[in-house]
Amino acid sequence: MDTVRVIEVKQSVFANNDKRANLLRDELKAKKTYLLNVMSSPGSGKTTTLVKTINMLKNEMRIAVMEADIDSDKDAKTVVRETGVDSIQLHTGGMCHLDAEMTRQGIAELAKDYDLIILENVGNLVCPAEFDTGACKSINILSVPEGDDKPLKYPLMYQVSSLVLINKIDVKPYFDFDSEKCKEYIARRNPHCQVLEISAKTGEGIEEFANWLRDEVKNWKE
Amino acid sequence: MHELGVVFYVIDECEKIAKENKVNHVNSVTIQLGTVSGVVDNYLVDCWNWAVSKRELMTNCQLKIEKIEAITHCEDCGNDYNTIIYKKVCPKCNSTNTYLLQGNEFYIKEMEAY
Repeated sequence: MDTVRVIEVKQSVFANNDKRANLLRDELKAKKTYLLNVMSSPGSGKTTTLVKTINMLKNEMRIAVMEADIDSDKDAKTVVRETGVDSIQLHTGGMCHLDAEMTRQGIAELAKDYDLIILENVGNLVCPAEFDTGACKSINILSVPEGDDKPLKYPLMYQVSSLVLINKIDVKPYFDFDSEKCKEYIARRNPHCQVLEISAKTGEGIEEFANWLRDEVKNWKE
Repeated sequence: MHELGVVFYVIDECEKIAKENKVNHVNSVTIQLGTVSGVVDNYLVDCWNWAVSKRELMTNCQLKIEKIEAITHCEDCGNDYNTIIYKKVCPKCNSTNTYLLQGNEFYIKEMEAY
């Protein structure tokens, strides 16, 4: 048997993803494409929120959606059916999050140029927050039935989010959800995080979110 | 929670390095893991043992884990303290104006091969 030797590697697993994410952001900047990473728990209303918002914006900008799920193509089909914009489904093959490399491959699959690409990350409040996807900004959708204490339980999610959409406010009377408390918890984790209250079902607040996106896309192109 | 994805990544990188170094087999891989990196070492080892069994270059390859303690620094009083015990609040002056000095690392340090 050959003698065993030690090979020094000294490589940071997370830093490597961060490096790839920064490279992807540079590419997106050069192409003037704004990539939004949308994170939330399963069932918070991500797809419904996106469908409503895209329908408001699709005549003024070129939009595509990347749906990340462990399996199935249900969400991608819904987006295409309800909005008509280009959409692809990414399968993480059992993994709980997307990393920068998977995101880059997804964008390459889209082939055309877009002003706005929306990445609907895997429904999970833990892992997606740990991996920079290379998106220009990350947002979180928190729905009323989940409870106002989520920012306390999943601190990192709220540290990395630039905007939180509190969704399903139409059902607030049925739940003990305290918006002010929730906003305070979010500010504790991230004082720079903006908060909008919306109902994807009734359409309340969607215009404000669309305006936020308009500004973001415009600023990114400058 | 994302141990499996991380394991695949580490194995891919190690295989690449093993091939570059023209070795026949990798006996062990040493990683350095911060105690607040969000990676649970028990799960990591379970995922590792399952995943390496499918790689010819790395069958039975042992995963060695070196822990890096989590330390937070207080910007108001300059105190460095144990993150796991006191979290974001400085135990000396109660300030929350603190940041993590170390403890969220995940490094592939070295590998033993022949």
